[in-house]
Amino acid sequence: MSGPLEQADGRLIGASVPRPDAQRLAAGCGRYLDDLSPHGVQHVVFYRSPFARARIHAIDVTQAAAMPGVSAVLTGADIATVCAPWTTRLALVTTHVSASQTPLAIDEAYWQGEAVVAVVAATRAQAEDALEAIEIDWEEVDPVVDPEAALAPGAPTCHPGIATNLALESHASRGDPGVAFAGAHRVVARRFKFGRQTGVPLEPRGILASFDRRTGELDIQQSHQVPFQMQEIFAAQLDLPLEKVRVACPDVGGAFGIKLHAYADEIAVAAIAVLLGRPVKFQADRLESFVSDVHARDASVDAQLAVDADGRILGLDVDLLFCFGAVSVYPRSSTGEALQAFSLSGAAYQVPAFRGRVRGAFVNKVPTGAYRAVGQPIANAVIEQLMDDAAAAIGMDPVALRRLNHLPSRPDDGSMLLTPGGIPLGPLSLDACLDQVLERMDYPGLRAAQADAAADAAASGVYRGIGLCTFVELTGVGASIYGPNAVRVAGKESVRLSLAPSGRIVCRTSATEQGQGTRTGLTQIVAQALEVPMELVAVAGGDTGRDPHGGGAWASRGIALAGEAALLAAADLRANILAVAAGLTGKEAATLRLAAGAVVDAGNAQLFTLQEIARFAHYDTIPIKLAAIPEMTVERSYTPIGKPYFAANGIQAAHVEVDVGTGMVKVLDMWVVEDCGRVINPLLTDEQIRGGVVQGIGAALFEECIYSESGQMSNASLADYLIPMAGEMPQIHVGHVSTPERETSLGAKGVGEAGTVGAIGAIWCAVNDALRPLAQTVWRQPFTPAHVLDVLHHPEARMAPVALRPFDGDGSAVEN
Amino acid sequence: MNDLLETGVEEAGISFVLNGRPVRHVVPVRRNLVDFLRHDLGLTAAHVGCEVGVCGACNVRVDGAVVRGCLMLAVQVDGLAVDTIEGMNDSGEIAGLQRAFVACNALQCGYCTPGMLMTACELLRQNACPSRGEIRDAISGNYCRCTGYQSIVDAVALAAQGGQP
Ligand code: FES
Ligand code: FES
Repeated sequence: MSGPLEQADGRLIGASVPRPDAQRLAAGCGRYLDDLSPHGVQHVVFYRSPFARARIHAIDVTQAAAMPGVSAVLTGADIATVCAPWTTRLALVTTHVSASQTPLAIDEAYWQGEAVVAVVAATRAQAEDALEAIEIDWEEVDPVVDPEAALAPGAPTCHPGIATNLALESHASRGDPGVAFAGAHRVVARRFKFGRQTGVPLEPRGILASFDRRTGELDIQQSHQVPFQMQEIFAAQLDLPLEKVRVACPDVGGAFGIKLHAYADEIAVAAIAVLLGRPVKFQADRLESFVSDVHARDASVDAQLAVDADGRILGLDVDLLFCFGAVSVYPRSSTGEALQAFSLSGAAYQVPAFRGRVRGAFVNKVPTGAYRAVGQPIANAVIEQLMDDAAAAIGMDPVALRRLNHLPSRPDDGSMLLTPGGIPLGPLSLDACLDQVLERMDYPGLRAAQADAAADAAASGVYRGIGLCTFVELTGVGASIYGPNAVRVAGKESVRLSLAPSGRIVCRTSATEQGQGTRTGLTQIVAQALEVPMELVAVAGGDTGRDPHGGGAWASRGIALAGEAALLAAADLRANILAVAAGLTGKEAATLRLAAGAVVDAGNAQLFTLQEIARFAHYDTIPIKLAAIPEMTVERSYTPIGKPYFAANGIQAAHVEVDVGTGMVKVLDMWVVEDCGRVINPLLTDEQIRGGVVQGIGAALFEECIYSESGQMSNASLADYLIPMAGEMPQIHVGHVSTPERETSLGAKGVGEAGTVGAIGAIWCAVNDALRPLAQTVWRQPFTPAHVLDVLHHPEARMAPVALRPFDGDGSAVEN
Repeated sequence: MNDLLETGVEEAGISFVLNGRPVRHVVPVRRNLVDFLRHDLGLTAAHVGCEVGVCGACNVRVDGAVVRGCLMLAVQVDGLAVDTIEGMNDSGEIAGLQRAFVACNALQCGYCTPGMLMTACELLRQNACPSRGEIRDAISGNYCRCTGYQSIVDAVALAAQGGQP
């Protein structure tokens, strides 16, 4: 059977059409959360803990409650009357025990920034005035801030609700790593530190909640990625029927995983709406975003790689320690970063022997959660730097070493390839991506220029370096994670497609949009599959009251999953439209098809426009000579079935300049060659990748949540937390290799995180390549000027010797 | 009716020209310009990203110069002319830039876009033919967390050439 793609290949799918939404946003007509102000809305602000940990002896709100404009001042105990506490649990990760959580702290606060009291007032300014009048009798408690110390035997816990700070421990092994390392030609070992980061969507979090006491309906507008997840949570916590809760997302000003979680303060706002029975709004300001949005990364890794004399990998050994916050973020937990970094260790390479351990520690800091590319940049940076170290140790070009060890493009027998951490992968195109990236960057030319400049470098103090990062990326993740762990998050995405009475095609989807261009991609897919101009297709989503059920946005799933659902729905709707046309004409449906917004017959004669079909199907059905009138609305969903996600892959390369006088790293150029299967819209795809690369450059060079020894975040403002600006960003050259996903007819894999996945690794390799003549290396990310100068000039700041656990007696290892 | 009058807070009457039309208002003297435009007047195109003057999302034009709406008080515009993206959109002043932004996909979530257009418009008024480096410098006070900036540079360059894509 010829599918809809074959019928009209190359017309819209694969075309760089601009986004219809972009015009509205460029006209200043975006409609973000803070732009919504229903009549009588009250503003909520939070008194947040100034301490990393402190006991609350008494809260006096009398003066605050009497301030002008204030309608209520609520403590944790007040909110608890309508909102149940929750505990983050994963059924399959039984070692992960988080303390129970409440919307506002009750007896004790466990991180600086945790919300303690809510003030509700007619204006935000009045609510902020009242914050000043709240009196809390605090007793500071020594916080637990260092993850290693947190896991030491006998360490005090960071929360009385847990028995130990050990938040996660997992092991894996393959082959015989002891023998592999003992018999290696060379072993390279290294310590890595990955700084704590946060996502900084330019629009901070926000929520507007209204509760109608007459009907018992809770209506939520939220700047969020996953409305159906939030609908479940508000219903459960506030004990409301699921169907009485609606969550809708207006335009969302960036999210990047940060707006994926159920935040205690946002649950508090929903509870306040129920308590007060009037609309209430919370719009976070930037200062509180830094200590209330989830943080991410924050890991130290000891790792070693064993190679033989030819450069073949013999074994990989990784030991990862993650620094979580005081509790595990709800409902998906804080484990994703650690588990994904672990399971993707060495993923792009043939690794016959592997040993790995991953641990996580609870400490008195902001809880950690998902941020773009969850864990994957860590996995990639570790193996790529080890590959460069190994290449240097045996005197081989890093490109040749990578090519020698890459996983093959596809298994001979069509089975899945297995990563060292046990993740099955479909067909890859690593060498094809490598070939293209080398050509685009003129690798031999850059290496020759680097060699030529070597003499000058010593004089000028400016060294150039080249770094490569091969990556494997998991997209569309979810189906195998949340359900089995008893977390009520849908792994599927859905599309409901209608031929409206107007003759236009209306598409509602569970996939949400925060600027990625998902709606445009779906428009292209539907328009091509139904042979109508794009202008006749209207795609919308982000509203549990109107959309078919599904996940939302994370793990680059919009086009890969909802796109396939759209294709399936379009095939069904097309069949129904043709059936109506057949019923009207007496012709065989099989002889009819859609072309240019109309039904045509075998001789290409136009029989009906879609407007005419819509009119008959909705308003004038008697002439349709069928036993039953086919539906003009169809709904389909899609979730990966043959495997739990799609594996995309690619290579990133960085060309950098390090000024050893100032410690400044300048990124001269970045290249990305990416295989996300079928590319629906190159214009949008390429800028998604570039945006991801820039976030990766930010991580590599600038961004870090810096904590003091007493657990205070000391750079919690956008003036102090550096994010990339246009002036210091390079041109980013993007290319594609396309290996269509075999499991779907659309063939698309996700691409939203590809840019971030490899940027840290590529820059890490490039900076150390630049410093190689000086025999020094950077080992803490971000690679700030201070860190570069430290490793060059202060021996005590250099990487400590790496001592991994001995191979005997590692009885906890589990074969996979 | 201005629902943001705040009991007990000092207020002042101001009159100024907003997007070409004279307006009068009473505002709390502590109210910053961007909050006043967004919440009192319903002009929501200027956004708030940082509140400390570093991100440029709140950019508006006061007497011909682009300023941070979060760093200026509403009372300071008394007697001056204020332009927002709404007005510049309606007048067609930024139509070329807007077309170029759409053509180049120089926006994703769109939150930075009004501030970015404001800055780009000012640049092109001062330098009709900027180099890519000059464009990057000019927009370096405007954070965009979504794009890689490259498409924004492309778009401003395209608009400078008066170009249709
Ligand atoms: S909100 Fe004014 S510069 Fe960021
Ligand atoms: S498009 Fe989202 S911040 Fe620029």
